Amino acid sequence: MLNNYDELNDLQLDVLREIGNIGAGNAATALATILDEKVEISLPRVRITDFDTAVNALGGAENMTVGVLVNFDGEAHGMIMFLLNMEDAKAIMSILIQDDEEGQDGQLSDLKLSAIKEIGNILGSSYINSISQLTGLTIHISIPYIAIDMAGALMSVPIIEFGSVGDKVMFIEECFSAEENNLSSNIILFTEIETLKIIMERLGLEI
Amino acid sequence: MSELLVVGISDYKLARTPNVFVTYALGSCVGICLYDNQLKIGGLSHIMLPESNMFSKNDVNRMKFADTAIVDMVRDLVKMGADRRRLTAKIAGGAQMFEVQQGSMVGTIGDRNIASVKSTLQSLKIPIIAEDTGLNYGRTVYFDLDTGIMKVQSLSRSIREF
Repeated sequence: MLNNYDELNDLQLDVLREIGNIGAGNAATALATILDEKVEISLPRVRITDFDTAVNALGGAENMTVGVLVNFDGEAHGMIMFLLNMEDAKAIMSILIQDDEEGQDGQLSDLKLSAIKEIGNILGSSYINSISQLTGLTIHISIPYIAIDMAGALMSVPIIEFGSVGDKVMFIEECFSAEENNLSSNIILFTEIETLKIIMERLGLEI
Repeated sequence: MSELLVVGISDYKLARTPNVFVTYALGSCVGICLYDNQLKIGGLSHIMLPESNMFSKNDVNRMKFADTAIVDMVRDLVKMGADRRRLTAKIAGGAQMFEVQQGSMVGTIGDRNIASVKSTLQSLKIPIIAEDTGLNYGRTVYFDLDTGIMKVQSLSRSIREF
């Protein structure tokens, strides 16, 4: 019986990688449409780590990072985070919006913030749609939430939500890169352990 | 020689002067600095969740929860020679990183962490002499065992000392 993330076997990990592949593939297609350029995705990494490793998963815990969080619930529970650094966020915005107005102290203006939030929303929805299609599960997603802060403080949000039992968290991580404009970003999926069981069952795997 | 001791998430450490603790990027988590100012012995705890009794007893990392971590840290500090009656606390963190999400635990977890830290300290009769809690930004906390000063660093504000 699957009770902790570190009990996942090789076959189950393969399934999660495939889910990441399909979900992030779909999201990358959406991002490519938004940016109007080719977007490459890295191989999906299923990471089962202790909390500290997860906090530092995106590089330094104190690095300023733009994060868009989308919750999902219904027959599956989890979170998707779209993360990128400040420079890439600004670069994406200058591609999309011909608005040179900066917010205070060189920060992103409200218009740009809401545009990034919307991108996170579209990517999260694409990801979840593909899981939903693959498994037949009904999944609802929340509105997107945005924060710009230390990478570690942003990552602590899903770690708290999904790390309440045991000392490990599991997440599926992928990196997007758009070479033409030299942009990179990450998409990360966290789910409850119960949701993993349901997905495995739906896909015909023994648990 | 002063050493910089890094305290991870759901961990605590104890030391004596002249060492300095740091815990990075507290979001909704709370950092608790306990100090005996005569012996200059102290500890820093980085808790993730308010209460251990939310979960079954047999699978609990006590350092993850405010109620158990603080009690254990006080016990260990006394073992190191600190005088329990002299202990004081400074706390930081407990932010809400994203806007309130109705029906989600995430929206209020920072507040619940702060409340649990305060009630645990109160039940141990340890006074809170400084705090920098709540709001919506991440904090890195340094705690200097020579001076007892808690230094809070964030991306959007200037460094503050408590």
